[in-house]
Amino acid sequence: MPEKTTMGGAGLIGILILAVVLIAVPHLVSFSQQELLVLLTINVLVVVSYRLQTLTGEWSLAHVVMMGAGAYGSALFAKSFGFPVPLAMIAGAITAGLIAAALSFPLFRMKGFYFLIGSFAAGEILRLIWKRFTDPFGGPKGIQRIPGFPEIDLGFIHIDFYDPANYYYLVLVVVLVSLWVLYRVEKSRIGLTFNAIHWQDKLSESVGVDAFRYRMLAFVIASFFAGLAGALYAHYLSTVNPNQFDVNTMVYVLIWTIVGGTSRWYGPILGVVALTIVDEVILRSIGVDQVRPLLYGLILILAILFLPNGLESVVIKAKDALLNRGRAGVPDGSAALRK
Amino acid sequence: MPDFLLQTVFNASYAASYMALIAVGLVLIFGVMGVINFAHGELYMAGAYAIVFFYAWTGLPFFVAVALGLVFVGCLGVLMELTLFRPLRTNPLGGLIASIGFLLILQTLAVLGFGLRNQNVPSVTQGRITVGGAFLTYERLYVIIATVVLLAVLWLFLRRSKFGWALRACAQDREAAALQGISINQTARYAMFIGAALAGVAGAMTAPLVAPSPYMGHGVIVTAFIIIIVGGIGSLEGAVVAAVLYAFVHTFVTTFYDGVIANIVGLLLMLAVLVVKPQGLFGVRERA
Repeated sequence: MPEKTTMGGAGLIGILILAVVLIAVPHLVSFSQQELLVLLTINVLVVVSYRLQTLTGEWSLAHVVMMGAGAYGSALFAKSFGFPVPLAMIAGAITAGLIAAALSFPLFRMKGFYFLIGSFAAGEILRLIWKRFTDPFGGPKGIQRIPGFPEIDLGFIHIDFYDPANYYYLVLVVVLVSLWVLYRVEKSRIGLTFNAIHWQDKLSESVGVDAFRYRMLAFVIASFFAGLAGALYAHYLSTVNPNQFDVNTMVYVLIWTIVGGTSRWYGPILGVVALTIVDEVILRSIGVDQVRPLLYGLILILAILFLPNGLESVVIKAKDALLNRGRAGVPDGSAALRK
Repeated sequence: MPDFLLQTVFNASYAASYMALIAVGLVLIFGVMGVINFAHGELYMAGAYAIVFFYAWTGLPFFVAVALGLVFVGCLGVLMELTLFRPLRTNPLGGLIASIGFLLILQTLAVLGFGLRNQNVPSVTQGRITVGGAFLTYERLYVIIATVVLLAVLWLFLRRSKFGWALRACAQDREAAALQGISINQTARYAMFIGAALAGVAGAMTAPLVAPSPYMGHGVIVTAFIIIIVGGIGSLEGAVVAAVLYAFVHTFVTTFYDGVIANIVGLLLMLAVLVVKPQGLFGVRERA
């Protein structure tokens, strides 16, 4: 069911509070947490773009490799071809999108679990090529000394992006713009068609929808933004290597997305933020580093057993409860919860 | 050169054997439960650590330790079924995430109990068969024999016993099987025990050859996924054929080029099969 699109006063206040928190947060945390914050913000873009890809009903395991394609592309454009960094980032993202378009032809012959593993294989081949060929990809060590984002110097104002707090603001702007674009895509005719293909692919094909082209489109858009996230990542860490984009990382993206929930655009964001805070802040502060994966595993199991529709289901229920408080006896609410 | 070829054939047969055990277990679990068991590589790891504990530390005879490992890992599988897959039966993606959680727990327990470093398992026997210049150690031969015997027994069990019929019925259509009076819970429990135990035996039998480590399951699960896809998900015969095919291609390319090229070739092989036959070599139809 469509969500309410008009915004009440409460929504406006919520957005204001969120904006203040997002702007203030780098000044409230330690230096190492600032670095974490940059990565977390990049990961938000990774999971939200991943969710767009899953709207068509196919779950790819190549998403993190697409992120890597953007990272490698951007690093090579900047380092070997001398592109200015902002341009290299966009070129890297486009590279990821083009690779996704090419991969669509073999991959979308498959469906379901076959697509899942097929996309894994395609991504893994790409990753192994980076690992095997030292020229130009640097082999297992990857590419080092990637140029950073150029500093802005207007005389009266001077912004140095080697400072994680400043880089965080840059990432925040890029990610927010990307999220807005992804949101608009989902709410547009294209996004509705993605949903139609997911739930009724035969029916939508019978009314003239080319399912292959829409699946490809979703894959390309998602990969473009994953590539953009990868580019942000590469110029921040100034090094990329094949192991950063292996299946372990992909498993984490999958976990964040599913634990957060995928029926709303904010579900994966809840997943990545909550699980990152639990793992990196709470579990780390307990100081039991060796047992951390075990506790993380337990939390995953409990989350999926008790919140099978993701963390977003809590928000949806809370929202319904608030909305229905005034008009009791209207039994919509949780009916719109899923699908 | 013929010796060298024969040696590579021996190596490939060994690799094909234990990979077939792992892949068949994975297929069985997917077929009956409809869930992708990401923790399957860690069940293999648990089998190897059972040997470290019962054989290397406690000093029980090797084959007794293997039997204990089989039962232990099988019980781990039943535990997974009861606590994770049964409540998540209608939620395959949830089952996937839960199995990842279980994987992390098993890995951490292995680190806590045995440490991070590779374990040294004393060899069972020094004997070997020599054919010309090529040789096959008894330890590797045992793995091949165990695989052939176990898979033959499993095949007979599935084809001839009443319970095997029930298991295959569940794999084909769970609701229809339930309507015929087959207990889904019981079938799932058995399938999970058998599937896990096969991975456990693979780990136990290969433990003296591979020096177990807590993260040894990782490479295995990826290969197992490739194999079950090439064979066609849900097809036990397909898994065996694909395991042999993959192991021979991979071993030969590794011997003549290098490991990374072999991985790339293996994945290309799989993509090629999927492009030509999107349901795998022996796959019949897509499970919803």
